[in-house]
Amino acid sequence: MIRHTLGRLTATVFLALVLAFFTLPMLWLASAPFDDTPRITTSVPEFTLNNFAAILDNPYALGSIRNSLIQGGGAAVLVVVLAALAAYALSRVRVPGRDVLLYLLLLLSSVVTGTAAMVPVFELATRLDLIDTHLGVILVVSGGLLPAAIFILKDFMDETPTTYEESARVFGATPLQIMRHIVVPLVRPGLATIAVWALASVWGGFLFQFILLRDPEKAPGSVILYTLYTEGGAPRLDLISTFSLLYSLPVVAMYLFVSQRYGFRFHGGIKA
Amino acid sequence: MSGDAAGLGKGRATAFVLPALVLITVFLIFPALWTIYLGLTDYRLTGLSAANPRIVGLDNYTGALGDPRFRTSLWLTLLYVGGSAIVGQAGLGFALAWILRSRTGAVSRLVEGVVLLSWILPSTVVGFLWFALLDRDDGTLNALLHTPGFAWLLDHPLLSIIVFNVWRGTAFSMMLYSAALENVPPSHLETARLADAGVPQQLRDVVFPRIRRHVLTNLLLISLWTFNDFTPFVLTGGGPEGRSEILPVYVYRVALRDGELGVGAAISFLILLINLVFALAYLRLLRGRNGRREIAAAGGPHT
Repeated sequence: MIRHTLGRLTATVFLALVLAFFTLPMLWLASAPFDDTPRITTSVPEFTLNNFAAILDNPYALGSIRNSLIQGGGAAVLVVVLAALAAYALSRVRVPGRDVLLYLLLLLSSVVTGTAAMVPVFELATRLDLIDTHLGVILVVSGGLLPAAIFILKDFMDETPTTYEESARVFGATPLQIMRHIVVPLVRPGLATIAVWALASVWGGFLFQFILLRDPEKAPGSVILYTLYTEGGAPRLDLISTFSLLYSLPVVAMYLFVSQRYGFRFHGGIKA
Repeated sequence: MSGDAAGLGKGRATAFVLPALVLITVFLIFPALWTIYLGLTDYRLTGLSAANPRIVGLDNYTGALGDPRFRTSLWLTLLYVGGSAIVGQAGLGFALAWILRSRTGAVSRLVEGVVLLSWILPSTVVGFLWFALLDRDDGTLNALLHTPGFAWLLDHPLLSIIVFNVWRGTAFSMMLYSAALENVPPSHLETARLADAGVPQQLRDVVFPRIRRHVLTNLLLISLWTFNDFTPFVLTGGGPEGRSEILPVYVYRVALRDGELGVGAAISFLILLINLVFALAYLRLLRGRNGRREIAAAGGPHT
């Protein structure tokens, strides 16, 4: 009995410590944006909303959110459309070597990481004139996300019955029509998951955006955070903290949306 | 799955698969192969070798292995992966999963929530949060510990990024182990408790044998991800004096800042080979098990 109580007590103390460890860095994000004269120390703020107005005045801040939306949205659309088409065909038509191909692609996408591919990707983008373009970021990121997206969507497609498709075909529907009106509604949770996952990875992604975009006009929010310094080189804390908060909210909102709506929390290693 | 329900036919099926396959080939497979070639040249970002790169054979590899900074970087990477992933994330993640498994109160929901939040937040934002926490003059940590002026990022750069990565990535292990612990029948634990077995004995005799595969999966994946993690760059930039320059940051500095693309490509290829070992071990582990969705985990974001 004593051991049990002791164990319970130790566990509670441990949880309190973990809570403190994980909360401590986040306090700054909750307080500094509303502080009149933010310092790096977390403190009870002298409440103000001026920092949000200052963000609106910064020439790059709003533009970078637009850039993040273009790059993240572009990649999400591209990945969902291409992966859905490929997954559907692979699910319905028996192609020799299909499973081996899928496994190989998946293996490649986990092996060819940004770190391992940054030199050739930079070189490739330079030669294709994709440096400083949204398209460059969208294509490079999509190439890496597609194998896992196809794999997961094929799983969803395999689970849907094919009888509707057969009857639609009897009535003369084309494969693209069948896909749009019958398959897509059935696998919508899968499509939404992939879309949110792609958007979130681009939104928070740093390495490729950092090496492919030199022009601050094209940089997404994750990169522009680094430019919010004064001429003297000191970080503009009012802007950084406020922008960090603004930039984090959509990701958290997307995560809550997917986990509430589709009840999924943990889908392999995919964070969304 | 029987036959061809939608009447696609081989031709249309190919047309459906082709766009995705082209994109994967150009932006994933081709770069991987090109790394091998680039790594054998003296290609540079600027200067004479930029226009006319020469084949230099294995010079880049022997040069890198002879470079003390590369060897230091390799050692730092080992410490970083071992300390933050294998010990830190897996250990803390398991401890949390074990303790939270039987609790349903508001506190445990809160703990779970903040651990998840630290995983979801964009990496640059997280970098600044830790920058603010560890700052020398005004950092929250120094204010709390009454150690004004202590330069965490300058004096203990490696420890800083290790703790940082534990904070950033524990959520994955916590969730994986939570799922794994559901495979352990409570009655077996109850029996062990009645036989007066302590927690370490319960873990060793009842829990661990049932979740061994999960543990291996977890360790392989988080090692692979941490090994390729560029996020510490946001916090320390590899400094001071390369004391937190893990391999991803080393490649970035050599290839894109110093402009030695050939050397950078050679080291990239080494990283690729090490990744391949991890990934093959992971696939082998999953073979013969219905871990189809789990397998997709390995194909997570390649950023």
